[in-house]
Amino acid sequence: MTENSQKPSVLIDVKDLNSGYGDRQVLYDINLSVNDGEILVIMGGSGSGKSTLLKNMLGLKEPSDGRVLVHGLDLSNASQSELLKLRRSTGVAFQGGALLSSLSVGDNIKLPLRQHTDLDENTISIMTRLKLELMSLADCEDLMPSELSGGMLKRAGLARAVIMDPKILFFDEPSAGLDPVTSVELDQLILKLRKAMNMTIVVVTHELESAFTIADRIAVLADGELVTTGSVDEIKACTDKRVANLINRSPRDVQIDAEKYLSRLTKGAK
Amino acid sequence: MFAQIEKLGASVIQKFEEVGRLSVFLYHTVLGLFSRPFGFQELLKQIAFIGARSMPIILLSGLFTGMVLALQFYDVLARFGSVDLMGSAVSLSLIQELGPVMTALMVIARVGSSTCAEIAIMRNEQQFDALTCMAINPYRYVMAPRLLAALISIPLLTAIFNLIGIFGGYVVGVFIKGLSGTAYMQTIIDTIIWSDLRMSIVKSFLFAVIIIWIAMGKGFFVHLEKGVSGAESVGRVTTKAVVASAITMLFADYIASSFLI
Amino acid sequence: MKKLSLEFIVGLFLLTGIAAITYLSVVVSGVSSIGFDGYRLMAKFENSSGLKRGSVVEIAGVKIGQVESISLDSETQESLIWLEIEKGVDIQDDAIASIRTAGIIGDKFIKISPGGGDPLSDGDEIIETEPAISIEELVSKYIFDT
Repeated sequence: MTENSQKPSVLIDVKDLNSGYGDRQVLYDINLSVNDGEILVIMGGSGSGKSTLLKNMLGLKEPSDGRVLVHGLDLSNASQSELLKLRRSTGVAFQGGALLSSLSVGDNIKLPLRQHTDLDENTISIMTRLKLELMSLADCEDLMPSELSGGMLKRAGLARAVIMDPKILFFDEPSAGLDPVTSVELDQLILKLRKAMNMTIVVVTHELESAFTIADRIAVLADGELVTTGSVDEIKACTDKRVANLINRSPRDVQIDAEKYLSRLTKGAK
Repeated sequence: MFAQIEKLGASVIQKFEEVGRLSVFLYHTVLGLFSRPFGFQELLKQIAFIGARSMPIILLSGLFTGMVLALQFYDVLARFGSVDLMGSAVSLSLIQELGPVMTALMVIARVGSSTCAEIAIMRNEQQFDALTCMAINPYRYVMAPRLLAALISIPLLTAIFNLIGIFGGYVVGVFIKGLSGTAYMQTIIDTIIWSDLRMSIVKSFLFAVIIIWIAMGKGFFVHLEKGVSGAESVGRVTTKAVVASAITMLFADYIASSFLI
Repeated sequence: MKKLSLEFIVGLFLLTGIAAITYLSVVVSGVSSIGFDGYRLMAKFENSSGLKRGSVVEIAGVKIGQVESISLDSETQESLIWLEIEKGVDIQDDAIASIRTAGIIGDKFIKISPGGGDPLSDGDEIIETEPAISIEELVSKYIFDT
């Protein structure tokens, strides 16, 4: 890790975020910042609140308390045009790709270009093919999403996310449902993207290996709380039980009361 | 006992919430109609789907409905010695009631179900989130073209249904029951007036809105369905959408008839 | 077989639909009376019971027009009827307009008995009129007079 004489600039700032669905609160007082040019991995088990945090950072969900600032812009208070401008420089790769099922892969990737730019079709075509080559999807331009495998869908979704050369890239569960080999290839792709396009990347995942490979910093979520944030080495050395469990892949510690266990087993017996 | 009342209250509140959600949904969809750039390609695709590809089913059901009406009316009118009135009876029933209602039911079965499922799947696969994050208004891009396509297609389909139904009645009346063809047509021309056609057209527009609104709206909020997810949730909202739009359409039919007859 | 293009299918459908609506409007419901090529005459009746909009106007049993509107003349308390008459059919200023029944209990129509005077033009009034004969009035007259 290189030491900088100046503090890195903060691109995304999550302040005292509380968020939930109806009566159910999911996130408690989250404070998190994402620095310019870094790869931040948000890790946590199922039910830790990762997806909710991501939704809040994307402006898809309103917090019940607290703020999310992107480039200094408060997402809850931003005007439509400010939000639009922000979204054009933000790419999101969703789990499963989230490609529009009625368009071909090529048309899906071209969509942001066609909607937001005045570029001619030839230029758009070349840009699209560039990204497809980057994702090793060169032959898939005319296929429909239903004809792609899980890995290919993710890469296509990623291609669409980066077609406008965004400043910030979000990646939701890149490794979910992928075999280890494809997963590693995807990790390398993410690193390549950051280097080639100087992006700030936020990855949400629960895959340890991927996280350790790509992360500059890792933020660990458990039960809706931000347990700790730090570099890969710091996280590995962390003594907090929840973090340690996550790292060491130990099951949660559940004490079994013998009496209650027996009564649960025999409930309702005549 | 109190638990039952609580449950009743909760479900009433839920219903109100749902109606509110669907109204806001319709509002945004209508706004989406006026946002630029307008998805003209998508509009064409939807007109082809809702209108053009419904033609076979409309032609068939229209023909059979007209034929059955003629048989039915012949039986009744014969008892009063007024079989000459058959043309007007068939055409009046079709234009005022059966045309709009039957067309709507056929469209609900075909378009309502598949549109709801399509939108629900899009929601489940986060396609709407993706559109929003790409700064593309999903109402403008996905919903508005479908609404406009329905408003264009369904009244046209209704007119086609009416016409083919009248023809079906003609076939039965002239070739099976031996009535005079010109008399059949003449009674129709003499009986049908503009307010009958107006009722047909007004109803078809009203039904168009109801059908596509409920289909899209229910699909759009599939993620709020409790207790189900994935494929099962899609199936559930589709069923709900079909039933809800059919019942709402019939209710609207009653209201429209009472104002327009 | 060549695959039909999207535009073609949509265009075909739209044309068919619009043709259907147009046919229904013009031919079936006689909306042709909107572009009606004729003229209007007015007649006042003591009693026009049973007559309705669209009721036939006949001369010698041939339809030459229809009833356009029926309203109440508040000054004279009479029924004020506007008739649409086909172009080329002359109705004289001393013609008689009577309300008759087709058969005994059939639809009401207006029978014009021609006169010998000058033809009326658009907006004129047929002065001579005979009211509708109501069966009930005849019967009650018969019952209560004898």
